[in-house]
Amino acid sequence: MKIIACIKQVPDSEAKVKAENGQVSWGDAPLVINPFDEYAVEGALQQKETTNGTVTALCIGPESAKDALKHALAMGADEAVLVSDSALDGLDTLGAARVLAAAIQKIGGADMVVFGRQTLDNGAGLTPAQTARVLGWPMLGLAGQIKVDGGNVTVERVIEEGRQTVSAKLPAVLSVVQSIGEPRYPSFMGIRKASKAAIPVWTLADLGVAAPTALVTRAELMNPPSRETKVEIITGESPAEIADKLADKILAEKVL
Amino acid sequence: MDFALSPEHQMVQKMVRDFAQKEIAPVIKEHDRKQEPIPTALKRMGELGILGICIPVRYGGQGMDYLTLGLACEELEAVDTSLRVAMSVHAGLCSLNLFQWGTEEQKERLLVPLASGEKLGCGAFTEPGMGSDVAAMTTTAKRDGDFYILNGEKMWISLATKADLAMVTVKTNPSARKASEGLSAFIVDLHSEGVKTGDIHGKLGVRAGSTGWISFTDVKVPVANRIGEEGEGFKITMSGFDHGRYTVASGATGIIRASLEASVSYAKTRKTFGKPIAEHQLIQEKIAKMAQDYEIARLLYYQVGWLKNQGKRSTRETSYAKKFATEASFNAANEAIQIHGAYGFSDEYDVERYLRNSKGAVIYEGSSEIQSLIQAGYALGERTDKPLRCELPAYDESVWQS
Ligand SMILES: Cc1cc2nc3c(=O)[nH]c(=O)nc-3n(C[C@H](O)[C@H](O)[C@H](O)COP(=O)(O)OP(=O)(O)OC[C@H]3O[C@@H](n4cnc5c(N)ncnc54)[C@H](O)[C@@H]3O)c2cc1C
Ligand SMILES: Cc1cc2nc3c(=O)[nH]c(=O)nc-3n(C[C@H](O)[C@H](O)[C@H](O)COP(=O)(O)OP(=O)(O)OC[C@H]3O[C@@H](n4cnc5c(N)ncnc54)[C@H](O)[C@@H]3O)c2cc1C
Repeated sequence: MKIIACIKQVPDSEAKVKAENGQVSWGDAPLVINPFDEYAVEGALQQKETTNGTVTALCIGPESAKDALKHALAMGADEAVLVSDSALDGLDTLGAARVLAAAIQKIGGADMVVFGRQTLDNGAGLTPAQTARVLGWPMLGLAGQIKVDGGNVTVERVIEEGRQTVSAKLPAVLSVVQSIGEPRYPSFMGIRKASKAAIPVWTLADLGVAAPTALVTRAELMNPPSRETKVEIITGESPAEIADKLADKILAEKVL
Repeated sequence: MDFALSPEHQMVQKMVRDFAQKEIAPVIKEHDRKQEPIPTALKRMGELGILGICIPVRYGGQGMDYLTLGLACEELEAVDTSLRVAMSVHAGLCSLNLFQWGTEEQKERLLVPLASGEKLGCGAFTEPGMGSDVAAMTTTAKRDGDFYILNGEKMWISLATKADLAMVTVKTNPSARKASEGLSAFIVDLHSEGVKTGDIHGKLGVRAGSTGWISFTDVKVPVANRIGEEGEGFKITMSGFDHGRYTVASGATGIIRASLEASVSYAKTRKTFGKPIAEHQLIQEKIAKMAQDYEIARLLYYQVGWLKNQGKRSTRETSYAKKFATEASFNAANEAIQIHGAYGFSDEYDVERYLRNSKGAVIYEGSSEIQSLIQAGYALGERTDKPLRCELPAYDESVWQS
């Protein structure tokens, strides 16, 4: 079975992200593979193992995003493809879906495309479904477990009301959640392979698609309002006195 | 000259860091308090290939270079010393030394299970009556046909009760002209009849690590398990220390880093006299010293990794790295406690564990005093490295990975 895992590179979860001159900035925090996409790679690798298949990691991003792809290779992916083009700067999720779909077609022969549930930075969570729509393939979202049987894929979804099992014909698009299993660490063999891998970079021209026009544009980016907090330590002779003072304060501030 | 780590090195650092952070950091305090090893730690290190990191693939290892071993040790000890100690004895004293001195047959039979993590190894030299003076050991081995019969006791042995195989140095010729020429080294299967092991409790540090004793009563060891020739035991033991000390040095570098990181983050948030303590110059001095020591310790062990990769002897440089990093780690942990004030004195924070853990390394694998003697010997021209019958081979990617 041929599996494609779509991954994005995002600022590390410990980065302090803020809006600066209308742009998102994360300072010099390192960029890493989107943590949810590590689960996508894990899910893809599990299927590779049970079906004796292959995994190709696919990413739209700048040259630096090769590091995220190398992480996927080190985990055990067989190949990686980066789509990079200066015309992709103002990409929205539908645009990303169109470009991903074109790349999936160019890679060719995929039986299953696995996504993360959402990204850590933009976090729309829309790209998987939109990609499925562009491809015209069924979409099984938020899968916790994946089973492939013949030409069908069945996934277990944990939803608020309980557990749901859904299935679809392959090829299909999936997005996965954490219950797929903890992402494996890169192996040493994988690390060596990844560090030597030449990752092809495809432009929009290579994909034969025009730069998608963004349907959604970012009108404004703002930092959350900074909140003024004041700490006051209430003291007193006895616990009873402190409690009285505290109760008065709470009433005066109309907290209760 | 190139100080840059390759992408491969960086990926290994991240992988080992993630493992230690995710699987060890959350549970280490509890195990350290109970003086119990984390049961899964060594197994996981084996599964992930860390235990055989720089042994060639054809001997069951992962085929990385010698510098990678140091990088992994730094990451491991930045979380807890017990993990790095396992590397020092399993990978350093036992596997690498076997790789250096073993015959092809011995490597295939004994190194493969060690490097693949299927079996655990340790190094047993110290005895109840001797440590620094290796030639003064009293455990004996007498030849009896195809076997040697071992008798005696080894003490303060890391992984004594966990290891399957031990690199053991004993006296085979009590009447040798020089005591150091009467020693021989063996790989002893610790599941053999006549071997007893036990743990030592009440240690100041490395409480989640296993340290113990091994006693030998008429233990039959096949001649095929003798490493090197009879009488080469002293040289082999010293080679083992070259490898072990390198892991100790790189590991101690991790303690300096951990102490520095803990101090920086605490100093930025703790306020006294109206400002974060990081703004007091006396605190800054401590932090600056840790940062500088981290850099020095790192460069010293990188140098050793590089020398090993080149196939050059590094006894002297390893001694510098080991003495500097272990002493600096003790100082860094001590100052980290000072910066944390009373909280640093409590096991709520990690820094007190760093201090307790760092002290052992100033003693074991050649105490600081012994390192000074080695260094003075080189400086005064009284000590030179004579070529060994078996040198550690230079790292060659194509050989290691085929
Ligand atoms: C209005 C608007 C303007 C934007 N402008 C910019 C911009 O100027 N520059 C910029 O860098 N980003 C920009 N973004 C973000 C970028 O468009 C998104 O990263 C991309 O569309 C995916 O959306 P998301 O991050 O919300 O992914 P989600 O829909 O949350 O992602 C779900 C899953 O889709 C997959 N996926 C997502 N992104 C990629 C990718 N790039 N490659 C491979 N797989 C992927 C992953 O599996 C991921 O887990 C903008 C977003 C919006 C909404
Ligand atoms: C946690 C831990 C783990 C250990 N693991 C192992 C292991 O896996 N395998 C193993 O074989 N051993 C191990 N050891 C033992 C360790 O290697 C010895 O403790 C060390 O070699 C010192 O020997 P000693 O304790 O007998 O001290 P001694 O040799 O008795 O020395 C006592 C003191 O005298 C100093 N001294 C000795 N000779 C001189 C001199 N000529 N000039 C000046 N000062 C001198 C020493 O530096 C020390 O300060 C371990 C020890 C500890 C604490």
